[in-house]
Amino acid sequence: MSALLELRHVTKSFGGLTAVEDVSFDVAAGSVVGLIGPNGAGKTTTFNLITGNYRVDRGTIHFEGRPLTSLRTNRIVRLGVARTFQNIRLFQQLTALENVLAGRHCRTRSGLLGALVRWPWTVKEEREAVRRALAELEFVGLRDRAMELATNLAYGDQRRLEVARALATEPKLLVLDEPAGGMNEHETDQLVDLIGQIKARGITVLLIEHDMSLVMRACERIVVLEYGEKIAEGPPEAIQKDPKVIEAYLGTEGI
Amino acid sequence: MSWRLLALYLAGAAAVACAPLVLDAYWVDVLNSVGLYVLLALSLNLILGDAGLFNMGHAAFYAVGAYATAILNTRLGVPVLWALPVAGLVAAAFGAAVARPVIHLRGDYLLVVTIGLGEIVRIALVNDVFGLTGGANGIFGIARPVLLGQKIRKPQEFLYLIWAFVALTVFLFHRLEVSRFGRALTYLREDPVAAEGSGIDTARYRLMAFSLGAAWAGMTGSLYAAKMTIISPESFSFWESVVLFLMVILGGSGSIPGVIAGSALVVVLPELFRGFASARMLVFGLVMMVMMVVRPQGLFPLRSLRFRRRDAERAGVAP
Repeated sequence: MSALLELRHVTKSFGGLTAVEDVSFDVAAGSVVGLIGPNGAGKTTTFNLITGNYRVDRGTIHFEGRPLTSLRTNRIVRLGVARTFQNIRLFQQLTALENVLAGRHCRTRSGLLGALVRWPWTVKEEREAVRRALAELEFVGLRDRAMELATNLAYGDQRRLEVARALATEPKLLVLDEPAGGMNEHETDQLVDLIGQIKARGITVLLIEHDMSLVMRACERIVVLEYGEKIAEGPPEAIQKDPKVIEAYLGTEGI
Repeated sequence: MSWRLLALYLAGAAAVACAPLVLDAYWVDVLNSVGLYVLLALSLNLILGDAGLFNMGHAAFYAVGAYATAILNTRLGVPVLWALPVAGLVAAAFGAAVARPVIHLRGDYLLVVTIGLGEIVRIALVNDVFGLTGGANGIFGIARPVLLGQKIRKPQEFLYLIWAFVALTVFLFHRLEVSRFGRALTYLREDPVAAEGSGIDTARYRLMAFSLGAAWAGMTGSLYAAKMTIISPESFSFWESVVLFLMVILGGSGSIPGVIAGSALVVVLPELFRGFASARMLVFGLVMMVMMVVRPQGLFPLRSLRFRRRDAERAGVAP
């Protein structure tokens, strides 16, 4: 069986700097995979290549056997790949509910004419979208903050709101860029639970994270990047013992 | 729409409807002018306020609509009110065609391009392009509109025609605000990267905002041609685009009542200060400056909280 997401020999340079070089890995359907590495290893670049924010120079990325490499971001989202951002990118001046409704956009249809005429099905679709959006807010535990402006939410809540917005697109693969960034220990524990619940919904998760306790607890498989190249891949226990990984994180001097 | 805003609109509508009873023909004509500018500013607001695209060449679409109407009427004898939707379509097609290659530009870059666009259109009109536009003299002899067998020619007759179109526009644009389409534009303005990442085809919505704004400006151009019966390139100068930009920013970018108030202020204020003769533009300019310092968000700023509690309650799941 082929994997849900397949990266093959993916390469991306910015001017003279090769940010990602010949990276290949698979993400199996239903799994939680972590992408780790020191700062500047090319993790976020890899994410941006998967989600279509950047174009690959060489190599291929396939999702459910379909090539993603020439598609624009919104098409990739529609195919079932949703993401969150490293530096939270919410619509700060809109409510939590409106933020999540943005995710419903690609699963609803009414257009300009529907907006002006308000057909019965437009109204029905709108109602259903609000219902689904509220359900996602409930799922991440922000149901009672639905009418709050995103900018007024606590940092951890903003992160969870981004997850709710991504989930509202009905993804098959959820790509989280440092979801625990800036969270305290308690919030990180909640996040591990949340990732478990997302997996239980049958959604595959790929995440970048610096918090090793989270990665080791949440992920079944880990891919390690250093200087844009993959240096290791395997289950958490094996990665923890891998001498190359220890070297990348601690340097040779330390051993 | 809140009850308060609805009450405000009804009061405004009543005031406009009764205006011919108390105002002389000159002031009724000023009111007509306000109506046309409200329409133009609302159409620009779709592009500038809702989608956040800096367009300072909006007079170009206004011109395309006016000239399309004038040409259809004087050459082919199409009645003016029949030409109105056609003018809207022509302006929309023109807007889409010229915006397509430049729509990805951000902020100030798009601003410069649209200034260029406005100038190109004006100069093309002056140079009598395709021998259709009559050069610097423009086109005259546009027939008066006929509605239900009644020829519309007096200022107070035009008042009802223009402001009926304003009312329709306000109604439709408010519907747009709270729709999936309107929200997509809001997301696009707030953060294009996050919007695209949430599955919104931002390129498509930018183009649609531009085309729809152009269409409405085109239809307003049609009304303008009908009212004036003569149009010339000088009515569609760069200054017109600047004034429209001003109305939107001054009133409150993205807010429909704000943009209406902004348009009224910009048209009426110089009229009120006519007694000061040449000093009136000085007063006008000063008011602008004070406004931007004291209230940079505009007269009636947009309240982005559009989805209220009752919308959620309607979905059967009260928060």
